Parts: sequence; C-alpha cells; structure tokens
Amino acid sequence: MKRAIDTMFRKPITQLVSMGMVITSALMIWKGLMCITGSEAPIVVVLSGSMEPGFKRGDILFMHMSKDPIRIGDILSFKVDGHEIPILHRVIKVHEHQNTGEVDVLTKGNAYLNNNRFGDDMFLYAQDQMWLKQHHITGRAIGFLPYVGWVTIILTEQPIIKYILIGALGLLAVFSKE
Amino acid sequence: MCAIASISDNFSSPSPTSQVQVLNINWFRNKPDGDDEVSMTMNISADLQSLFTWNTKQVFVFLAAEYETPQNSLNQVSLWDGIIPAKEHAKFYIHTTNKYRFVDQGSNLRGRDFNLTLHWHVMPKTGKMFADKIVMTGFYLPQSYR
Repeated sequence: MKRAIDTMFRKPITQLVSMGMVITSALMIWKGLMCITGSEAPIVVVLSGSMEPGFKRGDILFMHMSKDPIRIGDILSFKVDGHEIPILHRVIKVHEHQNTGEVDVLTKGNAYLNNNRFGDDMFLYAQDQMWLKQHHITGRAIGFLPYVGWVTIILTEQPIIKYILIGALGLLAVFSKE
Repeated sequence: MCAIASISDNFSSPSPTSQVQVLNINWFRNKPDGDDEVSMTMNISADLQSLFTWNTKQVFVFLAAEYETPQNSLNQVSLWDGIIPAKEHAKFYIHTTNKYRFVDQGSNLRGRDFNLTLHWHVMPKTGKMFADKIVMTGFYLPQSYR
C-alpha cells in the first residue's frame, strides 16, 4: 500500500521540484547579474525607435553601472519620476559642479525623427525638471544583441501568448514520459 | 558569438584623424534667463575609416565643446553629431553652424578657452560597444558679447 502511494506521488512531486529549481536558478542568475553589473536592470529591451538606426525595437542592451562619472556620449537608461519603464538615450550635455561633483545631464534620442533643433529630452523629464541627475540613472549600455528582446515585447504586449505558453508548458509537464 | 565578435574587434588598431576650425562666431549673448549662449560656424573634417570592421554596424560621431568654469569643474556640450552607416562615408568634411545650442550654466563664457573634442561611438552588429575621442585644444570665445 505504501509503495503504491510512493510511486503515485513521486513523479509529480519530482516534476514540481525540478520546475521549482529551474525557476529559482533563473532568479538567482538574474539577481546575481544585478549585483555584478551594479545595475538595476542589467539587460534592457529597446522598446521604441528613438535610437534608430543604431538600436531598433526588440534589440537588447547589456547594462553596467560602473563608478565612472557620467560623460557626454554615454548611452544611459534613466527613469523619470513617476514612470516605471526606463528610457534609453544618449547624453548630449554634462555640467559637473565644482566641489560636489554633482552632475546635470541632458539626453536625446539619436533618431532623426524631426529636424527640431530643440528635440532633446527635456520635455520627457518631470515638469520643471531641466536636467537628469545621478539618481535618475539606472544603467549605462556597454553591449548589444539584436532581435532577442522581441520575446519580451511579445509576451508583455500580447499577454494571451503568455497564457498559451504556460498552458502548453503545463500540458507538456503533465504528459511527459519522464 | 557575441564574445567572438568582440574579441576579434580587439585586434584591430584604429587610427582616426580629425581637424576642426571655428570660422566665425555668429553671435554671442547673455540670455534673459542669465545663461550665456554662443552660435558659431565650423569646418569639421575627419577620417574614421579605420574604425570599421566586419562587425561594425555604424559609428555615431559628435563634436563637443568642453571647458571649465568657476562654477563647474567640467562642461561638455554637444555641438554637432552624425551617424556614419558605412566605411565609404567615414571620411568627411562638413561646414556647419552648431546643431545644438551652446549654452552655459551661468554667464561664464566671455574670454573662455575651450576644447573641441571629436567623439565616436562604434556600434557593433553584435557585442561590446566602444568609444574614444580626439581632443583639439586652443579655442577661445570673445571677450565681449556681440
């Protein structure tokens, strides 16, 4: 009797534990990456076309927030107060204050969407905010992989696909011969 | 593949060159908000062909005015930028006024000496991005507004 229950429960429990291990490992790697790169978001998916043709929607950028000061030309991810999704743009102005070392930063997307002379990012920042400061900045881009980010975009923007995927995975788990 | 691409990039030793002349200070004023602003016309020439490898997608190039004031230990202001999509376009000569406004934080620009630095950012088809620059010194702004 005991043996029958054993074999009946062993397989699903093993599968559950395996799945749990996979998820935990993924989380560990993600958090580890965050620690190593010192960045809030070590990998960022490009969501808009504002940096084309260099970066296109769906590309992914590897981010690192080193102690090096922010300098002109850096490609930064930054968050505007009240907005959760970081923006990826390039620094076009830096003013570093004497003594404090505090920086005022202005950014701009590279795409030539319009010939507007004043098409920098000030309009993106919070009202009355003219400059980005160090605390707005969440990372600096150091590397790049094209297309791979499309998976994230599709999963985020078409949540139904997420459910289909999870459902399929669940079915696979139930019917796997392991 | 990312790693291989980046490692192979390390073997090339690029030798870019650049030259900038300030042809004219078009105007130089103190704005109503208290900040100085200057408009200038320049000739910018460069040869960045040696930066291009098989793994280069584009080179982003920009010219920055860099100077120090009593208020700020460093000011970097982009005056012009461009995208070089291919090696054939990497040797260029342009005549332009500053594309972005050259505005100080304050009124510290009269008689100010500054560097014009040509920066470039190499964007790979895949892998690590890298950047460098050429610093050109010896520029200075007029002693009085005009």
